[in-house]
Amino acid sequence: MSDTATRPPTTTSYAETGSTGRPSWHALLRWESALVLVLIAVLIFGSSKSSTFLTPTTFFFTGLNMGEVAIMALPLLLIVMIGEIDLSVASMLGLSGAVMGHLFQSGWSIWAAMGVALLVGAVGGALNGVLVANAGLPSIAVTIGTLTLFRGVAEIILPTPTTRLIPTSLTKVGVVPIQGTQLAYSAAIFFLMAAIFAVVLHATALGRSLVAIGLQPESAQFSGIRVRRIRFGLYVASGVICAFAGILFTLKNSSASYGAGSGLELTVVAIVLFGGVSIFGGRGTVLGVVLAVIIVGSLQQALTQMHVQPEVQNIVTGALLLISVLVPNSGEALRRIRERVRRG
Amino acid sequence: MTAQLELPPQPTLSRVGTLLRARELGIGIVIAIVFVTATLKNHAFANSHSVQQLLTGAALIALLGVGETLVIVTRNVDLSVGSVVGLSAYVVGSTFKHHPHMPILLGFVLGIAIGAAIGAINGLITTVARVPSLVVTLAALYIIRGVDGVIVNGKTIDPGSIPKVFQEVGYRTLFGVPWLAIIVAVVVAVVGYAMRSFRAGRDLYAIGSNPDAAALAGVPTGRRVFTAFLVSGSLAGLAGALFLALHAQVDVTGGNGYELTVIAAVVVGGVAIFGGSGTVLGAALGAVLLNTINQALVASKVSAFWNDAIAGALLLAAIAFDRWLSLRIARNLRSAEGAHRNV
Repeated sequence: MSDTATRPPTTTSYAETGSTGRPSWHALLRWESALVLVLIAVLIFGSSKSSTFLTPTTFFFTGLNMGEVAIMALPLLLIVMIGEIDLSVASMLGLSGAVMGHLFQSGWSIWAAMGVALLVGAVGGALNGVLVANAGLPSIAVTIGTLTLFRGVAEIILPTPTTRLIPTSLTKVGVVPIQGTQLAYSAAIFFLMAAIFAVVLHATALGRSLVAIGLQPESAQFSGIRVRRIRFGLYVASGVICAFAGILFTLKNSSASYGAGSGLELTVVAIVLFGGVSIFGGRGTVLGVVLAVIIVGSLQQALTQMHVQPEVQNIVTGALLLISVLVPNSGEALRRIRERVRRG
Repeated sequence: MTAQLELPPQPTLSRVGTLLRARELGIGIVIAIVFVTATLKNHAFANSHSVQQLLTGAALIALLGVGETLVIVTRNVDLSVGSVVGLSAYVVGSTFKHHPHMPILLGFVLGIAIGAAIGAINGLITTVARVPSLVVTLAALYIIRGVDGVIVNGKTIDPGSIPKVFQEVGYRTLFGVPWLAIIVAVVVAVVGYAMRSFRAGRDLYAIGSNPDAAALAGVPTGRRVFTAFLVSGSLAGLAGALFLALHAQVDVTGGNGYELTVIAAVVVGGVAIFGGSGTVLGAALGAVLLNTINQALVASKVSAFWNDAIAGALLLAAIAFDRWLSLRIARNLRSAEGAHRNV
C-alpha cells in the first residue's frame, strides 16, 4: 500500500488495496485480545477511582448512553468492511426523530409515526446507495452531502422540539432497565443485533462476500458476487437501522428535536476503527466493535464519575484511536526507519 | 481523477480542457445567479454592507479550504482543522488576556505556530508510520478538542480582553473590502500560484493521481505530503486567530464541526475527493458559494432552515457533475485514441 492512500477506495479508484487488507487470523486474535486487556484495565482504573463504578447502576447508564451510537456502529462496520463509509448516520438519526416527532405532534398514532420514520430511513439509505453503488460516486463525499441534506430536511420538518407527550409505556426505555435486569433497552437491542450481525458477517456466504468486496472489489465482481446490489443493500440497511436508533433516541428523551445526535457520526466512525476494522475494508469483526463500544462507554462513565468534563474526555477517545492504528503498524514503521538509517 | 494533469494539446481534448478550466467560472456564474435572485427579492442584499458580510462570512471556511485542498489533492484528508481553529483561537485569546500589550502581529504568529505544530505531527504520523490520514486526523480532532477543553476549563474569552486593534482586523475594511477577505485572497493567490507553477505544487497533483507512479518518478512523496499537512495546519492556526478577531470571543465550542463544512466547500469547488485534481481558487469559491446561498436565504426571508438541505443537495449535485465530466473525458480520450489509430 502506498503511503499516501488514505480513504476507502471505490471500485473506480485504485486496485492495490488488497495488499493491506490481507485477513490475518493471528493478527485478528491479537487485536481482540488487546481490546479485552484494555477493557480490564479500564474496569480496574474505574473502580480504583470511584467506589460506585463497579455497580449495576453504572452498567445501566453505560448502556443507556451508548445504545444508539452502538446500534449505528453495526451497519457502519459492514460498510467499512466493503471499503466504503457512511458519515450520514447521525443525521439520519436526527431526521428519523424529526419525522416521527412531526407526525406524532400532528396527531398520528405513535406506532404509525415510527413506521414512517423507518420508511424515511430506507429512502435516505437508498439515496446513499444509488449514488454510491449505481452512480459510482465516492462514498465519503456523498455521505457528507447527505449528512447536511438529512439534517437540513429534519430542520425543515421540525423547526422546534415536540411537546406532545409520548406514552410513558414507551418513554420508559430511557428511564428504567429491562425488568429484572440492569440492561438498558437500547443496550439489549444492540447486543441482540450484534449477535445477528456476527452470524451474518462471520458465518454466512454474504459475510464472506463482504470481506471479498472489501479486499478486492473487481475480483469479487468477477467471482460472481453481486457487488453493486450488496453495496446498495448495506446503505439501505444502514438508513433503516439509524432511523431505528433515531426512534430509540426520541423515546429516550420523550421529545424529538432536529439536532438530535448532531456530530455523533465521527464518534461512530471512531468506535468502528478502534474496534480493529480496517479503513481500507476487508478486515474487522463484530466482537471487536462490541468490545470497542464497551470500552469507550465504561471509560466515559468512569471519567464522568471522576468529574472530568466531556470535552476533556475526547482526549481518551482520540488517544485510543491513534494507538489502535499505530500499534499494528509500528513494527513495519520501525523496520522502515532502521532501513533508512542504515542507508544513511 | 487524473483528468486535470497537463494533457497533450489535441483538438478533441482542448474543448474538454476549457470545460475543466471553466469550473471556477461555473461556480462564479452560480454565485452571480444566487446573488441576482436574492437581490431581486430583497434590494438590500446588494448594498455594500451586505456584500462585505458575504465575503467576511466565507473567509474562514475559504482559508481552511485552501489548506484542505493541498491535503486532499494528495489523496489524503485533514479532519483536524476545526479543532485547530478552536485551540488556536482560545490560546491566542488567553495570551492577549494575560499580555494585553503583546503586538497584534505576534497574535497571528502564535496562531500559525500552534497550527503548524499540529500539522507537522499529523504529517509525520501519516508519512512515517504510514497510517491512513483519515484515522490520524480523526484522532487528532478528538485529542486537540480534549486539550482545548483542559486549557479552556469552562472559561470564555470575552471582547474586553482582546486588543481593539486586533478586533479591527475582523471588521475593518480597506477601500470597502474587509481585511479578512484581503488576507484570504492573498493566501489563495500565493498558494494557487505555487500549486500551478511550482514543481512542489505539481508534485502534489502527481502524488494524488497515482502515489506509486509519483514515487517511482522520483517525487519525494513523504516530504510533499508532510508539507501539505504542515500548510493545512498553519492555515488552520491562522484561521483560529482570525476567528478570534472576527467573533471577539471564544469558548470551548470554537470551530466545532468546521471540518465537514470545509470538505463540503472544497468538493463543491471542484476538488476531487480521491486526489489528483482541483484548485485552491475553486475551493475558496466553493466556500463563497455556500455562504452566499446561506445569506441569500436569510435575505429572501425563506426560512433559514432550508440552508442545510440546499447545501447538501448542492454538494451531491457537484459530485455528480464531476463524475459526469470525468466519464465524458474518458470517453473523449478513448475516441481520440480510436481516431488516431484509424489514421
